[in-house]
Amino acid sequence: MTVVKGEPAREGADGTGDMTRGGPDGDGYVPSERRLARERHRRARARRATAIAALSTLVTAALLYLVVVNAPGWPRTKETFLSAHYAREAFPKVLEGLWLNLRLLLVCGAAVLVLGMLIAIARTLRGPVFFPLRVLAAAYTDFFRGLPLIINLLIVVLGVPALRLQGVTVDPVLLGGTALTLTYSAYVAEVFRAGIESVHPSQRAAARSLGLTSRQALRHVVLPQAVRRQVPPLLNDLVSLQKDTGLVSIGGAVDAVRAADIIVGRSLNYTPYIVAGLVFVALTIPMTRFTDWVTARMDRRRVQGGSL
Amino acid sequence: MHPAPRTPRRAVAAVTVALLATAVGCAPQPEEEAAATSSGPAAKSCAKGKLATKETGKLTIATDEPAYEPWFKDDKPANGQGFESAVAYAVAKRLGYDKSAVVWQSVPFNKAFAPGVKSFDFDINQVSISDERKKAVDFSSGYYDVRQAVIALKGGTAAKARSIADLRKLKLGAQVGTTSLDYITDLVKPARQAAVFGKNDQAKSALKNRQVDAVVTDLPTAFYITAAEVTDAEIVGQFENQGGASEQFGLVLDKGSALTSCVTAAVDALREDGTLARIEKQWLSDAVDAPVLK
Repeated sequence: MTVVKGEPAREGADGTGDMTRGGPDGDGYVPSERRLARERHRRARARRATAIAALSTLVTAALLYLVVVNAPGWPRTKETFLSAHYAREAFPKVLEGLWLNLRLLLVCGAAVLVLGMLIAIARTLRGPVFFPLRVLAAAYTDFFRGLPLIINLLIVVLGVPALRLQGVTVDPVLLGGTALTLTYSAYVAEVFRAGIESVHPSQRAAARSLGLTSRQALRHVVLPQAVRRQVPPLLNDLVSLQKDTGLVSIGGAVDAVRAADIIVGRSLNYTPYIVAGLVFVALTIPMTRFTDWVTARMDRRRVQGGSL
Repeated sequence: MHPAPRTPRRAVAAVTVALLATAVGCAPQPEEEAAATSSGPAAKSCAKGKLATKETGKLTIATDEPAYEPWFKDDKPANGQGFESAVAYAVAKRLGYDKSAVVWQSVPFNKAFAPGVKSFDFDINQVSISDERKKAVDFSSGYYDVRQAVIALKGGTAAKARSIADLRKLKLGAQVGTTSLDYITDLVKPARQAAVFGKNDQAKSALKNRQVDAVVTDLPTAFYITAAEVTDAEIVGQFENQGGASEQFGLVLDKGSALTSCVTAAVDALREDGTLARIEKQWLSDAVDAPVLK
């Protein structure tokens, strides 16, 4: 809808842009009758498109509303999923649980980035002496990317304490965070590796020919380009991690979803789940906008030298 | 470029989609005429073996999978062994359905009370009756008076607890959606946030791993866990019923189900003629000897 609305407007803007470029002094230019007519026509089309889009949206919304509200099960569905009473009760508890999700996200997110980068570098190291390191890194990513997260969590959260090792924590949150880091660093390592491999070999060759050592070439030439390219997929994984932090509740920790679970179990009313779901969405949206902003900024920087 | 001609086509498409949704969404669902049937004379609708069940001539009973002991045996609800399996078959018999007419169905706890058309006639899954839950489902009358108990590893500090005040300092755990958890939050009010597990299995592991000091479950489950599953754990004690009223397990039926009154009548009859007491004696350990925590 926005596209339809925007297109004619943008075209109009381009037109005026051309005109100012045509006459930088701004004197003496009088748009021709034909041009004025064309612009009038375009404005009319744009108005018409907006009106039709608005009407169609309104009709669709009204129809959807009627379909849902007139469904035979609507009163009970409304009571079960959209009860204001339970929403009010659940909201503070869900927020309390969300604090755990947020802390896990920050700590695990940082750990995942560091570990993922190290694994990616290990995997892309050249030279026969690094062969065992490459194999280990490849085995790590293969294993932890394939292992379902929930099973990884079960093993780490419930299995590790069973060993009764001295000095190893039994805290389900710390253990759960470890499991999350293990799985997500495998994903992120692959993202970084793809980034590193996407840097053209000529870049490395050029760096080496300028006298940089292999390590310097990696640090100053390859990695900056690789990381910048991979920011959107990285943030994608971060959003995904944010939602998966809730799985640590397997060890008994009360996160946002488990907090909702508790109220649902007692009342047999699903509204708390809806509340928890919306809270997660509300948390994800700023992150998605942030991703968009970062990407847009990168694009702007890349074309700074001027684009053709 | 002329984008305008595309717009009406999109509008048409949107309206078509909406209309299709209307057509599909409004197709009448096979809603039960629950209100009509249940308002009719109870005696007539409770005719033996001729209830308005999901499948005519069959009684569909639901429980979660896996089905835990001592409520079921060997995870096979259909074998008639274990307390709830025996109760289910006794209720079925009372309603006029013999063993071959009973169909078991595995329904997760969360799904058993979802609104919408139910796939079972009643659900038996250690569900405690409460006024709050009655807003979402129908319950039969209670078939078992349940008490909550605390289990802890032998020899630990938790095992020495003699009162609710002693429990307050401990890290407690319970399964989500259970009254056991309500006892922790409402009665014990521990200093540290209680661990809440998705399943009792995870609570048991956490107890073994010393991630929690003590776990609260219903008393028969506590007996089973300490006797068969975590043998180095013991029952610390049981709670008195909160607010004096006894907590009861009930059979879960769809809200407004036509069968509720019949099933309730069957459970009441089984209680009166001593069948429930006999089944309880056969399958559940004698619960008297657990000390009461005050």
